[in-house]
Amino acid sequence: MLKNILVALVLSVMAYMFYNAYSSYETRTELTGMSHHFASKGAEEVGAANLVTSIIVTYRGFDTLGEVTILFLTASIISFFLKLKSGDKEKIIRRDTSELLVTASQLLIPIIFMFGIYVFMNGHLTPGGGFQGGAIIATGVALMIMANPNISLNHNVIHWVESISGVSFVIIGVLGIFLAGGFLDNRMFSLGEFGDFFSAGAIPIIYSFVGLKVGAELSNILNKYQKSQKEI
Amino acid sequence: MMEYLELGHIGLIIGFLLILVGFWGVLTQKNIIKIIVGFSILNTGINILMVSLGYVKGKTAPIIDAAVAQGEGHDVSQSIVDPVPQALVLTAIVIGFGITALMLAYAMKLYNAKKTLEINKFNDLKW
Repeated sequence: MLKNILVALVLSVMAYMFYNAYSSYETRTELTGMSHHFASKGAEEVGAANLVTSIIVTYRGFDTLGEVTILFLTASIISFFLKLKSGDKEKIIRRDTSELLVTASQLLIPIIFMFGIYVFMNGHLTPGGGFQGGAIIATGVALMIMANPNISLNHNVIHWVESISGVSFVIIGVLGIFLAGGFLDNRMFSLGEFGDFFSAGAIPIIYSFVGLKVGAELSNILNKYQKSQKEI
Repeated sequence: MMEYLELGHIGLIIGFLLILVGFWGVLTQKNIIKIIVGFSILNTGINILMVSLGYVKGKTAPIIDAAVAQGEGHDVSQSIVDPVPQALVLTAIVIGFGITALMLAYAMKLYNAKKTLEINKFNDLKW
């Protein structure tokens, strides 16, 4: 009883704070400060049509590197937690899959993978990018695992894709120091025609590596979950 | 009343409501999976809040295309919303995903240890 009262108290204090914040909120009518610089100079400095991408990959590229590292850390901790014991290899999952799911997955998985690749390769032009594309690819892997619970994904491929794309991301970043203005500067390659597929310098390359890395990491996490729920 | 509710305000209301619902779930639920769902809702609410704080009245998405009118002499910054919160939220979504995946792994470990997900049963550290 006391606990319920405390919870109600905490929530009502929060709601009161939110109400105050809401009633003093006014919609902004113009961009200020840094955002104004990004908006007015972003197109000519970075050359990407999607300004969010130019912020993520170039202006705040170091932040993205940290983000990818955090994902890697999560995948490592999960592999550590859900370690396989000896004898787990022979176990199988005895769960029925619906025929609808199996048939649909055969049709959909290649399309989902292709869509994921399209999304991360066009990250500089359309509302997409490495993280979104990688997540879409992992959705395909999730569908694959749901349709065939006993499928065994190839570890080596996942690990190699993950390692190579992570290392290439850093190498391209370091190349930026020598060929352009600094770490992860995208002007090491020609900026190209604004709005073209091959434009915005290194952004499509960096984002493709990010997409591959995120896709591989999420697939790795899903694979670990699948392995650790084997029974009998 | 209706002209009062423009996009920024709607985002703010939804964000605040989701934060409250998520917080309530975290505080009151007994099942670990439900607590994790509460954290997910809380996370979504904060993301929606952050994106709607970057809203600029009557402006469009920060992607320079025909809708933004990229002609010479036309200032892009006059026709788009703030791109910075959107970039930050993209980061936050990925971190939120990582946290959720980790919590689910913990939940699996806890279930394997005690064969239950009831949080009151895990009282080994209680004093």
